[in-house]
Amino acid sequence: MQGGEERPSVAEIRGWLSEVPDPEIPVISLTDLGIIRDVVWQGETLVVTVTPTYSGCPATGVINLDIEKALRDRGITDLRLERQLSPPWTTDWITAEGREKLRAYGIAPPIDGTAADGRLAGRIARLSGTSNLTIACPRCGSTQTRKVSQFGSTPCKASYVCNDCLEPFDYFKCI
Amino acid sequence: MGSAVNQAAFFEWLCRIGDNCLILGHRVSEWCGHSPVLEEDIALANQALDLIGQTQFWLGLAAEVEGKGRTADQLAYLRDAAAFRNVLLVERPNGDFGNTLMRQFLFDAWHIELLRALEKSSDARVAEIAAKAVKEVAYHLERSADLVIRLGDGTEESRARMQKALDTLYPYTGELFMADASDEAVVAAGIAPAPPSLKAAWDATVSQVLAEATLTHPGETYQHKGGRKGVHSEHLGYILAEMQFLQRAYPGATW
Repeated sequence: MQGGEERPSVAEIRGWLSEVPDPEIPVISLTDLGIIRDVVWQGETLVVTVTPTYSGCPATGVINLDIEKALRDRGITDLRLERQLSPPWTTDWITAEGREKLRAYGIAPPIDGTAADGRLAGRIARLSGTSNLTIACPRCGSTQTRKVSQFGSTPCKASYVCNDCLEPFDYFKCI
Repeated sequence: MGSAVNQAAFFEWLCRIGDNCLILGHRVSEWCGHSPVLEEDIALANQALDLIGQTQFWLGLAAEVEGKGRTADQLAYLRDAAAFRNVLLVERPNGDFGNTLMRQFLFDAWHIELLRALEKSSDARVAEIAAKAVKEVAYHLERSADLVIRLGDGTEESRARMQKALDTLYPYTGELFMADASDEAVVAAGIAPAPPSLKAAWDATVSQVLAEATLTHPGETYQHKGGRKGVHSEHLGYILAEMQFLQRAYPGATW
């Protein structure tokens, strides 16, 4: 910070970060996504703690650069980014506002509590239709949809298609 | 933390888990642009990404534990074949789509049991990586199990191919459950489960999925081993020749 100026508050900085878009899905911000785990002043240094979404998400590096640029543009020069793995990121942390933005953009938002757990009982329930996972089409709202692939255009999404309006769409799957 | 453990044994163990993710991730990435349908191509590429991402965590921690100033990238790109510690299963050639999916399923069914156990590791760094990776691997296992069943219980052609893949790959699964002195050291320190302790749960998953896929379990067969000690098949050399080319030809090159 420039000498003599009052440093910006954490709330103000969080406000700035809420304007930084996710590089892969630019309709939602980094704070909507729930990956900013902490913003804190340690003496004169601002420490921003970020958690990765998926281990191999190629956006992670870009996100760090975007955070750094956004804060430097606001005059913060003494800045440190830290990575926090635990607790691991979950789609439950995507804000209500973020979910609405996803839907409006054409991506069905995650349905909390439906993440794969790798247990066969869960798989069998899904296949037999006894699981209650119903993904509504973000275009027409129909719940008559089917999964095309567990993995969509990015690791965080699955590919679905609507049986009523026939539009293909992404579902932001739970993790 | 794992301060009581022999650091050389801990490094060895971290290379084993990291190299499994790296070599399988590279193998799966070889499908990019070649899959039978677009959706499967994307799914394979995303799974490769998950595995390479997990590699960065594991080999990053390995480099930290080693304490010689190496990085995850240096471990991945500058070691020769004899220094790699992955099991032979993950360096098996991709073969056809069915063979790739069978290899993935046999690995995923083991990988998830390992990660579940590691979530309780006495080393907080190991537990954190495992807690992150296990969520991704749950999706890998659901997908590979689904496809093994669909292709096994499919057409005559797909069933024959899946049975052949199973018979070819099953003799490479035993190595996942073998233990040596390095394993015993990390087990004693509470860092990791004993490899044989994962066998019962793996057997249960494999038997159930193979039965649903109408495939014949190969039963007790000869089991190949060596990768975990650095004794590899010739396939690893070809993988490294491609994967490491850039850093070998242009040392230190960056984006």
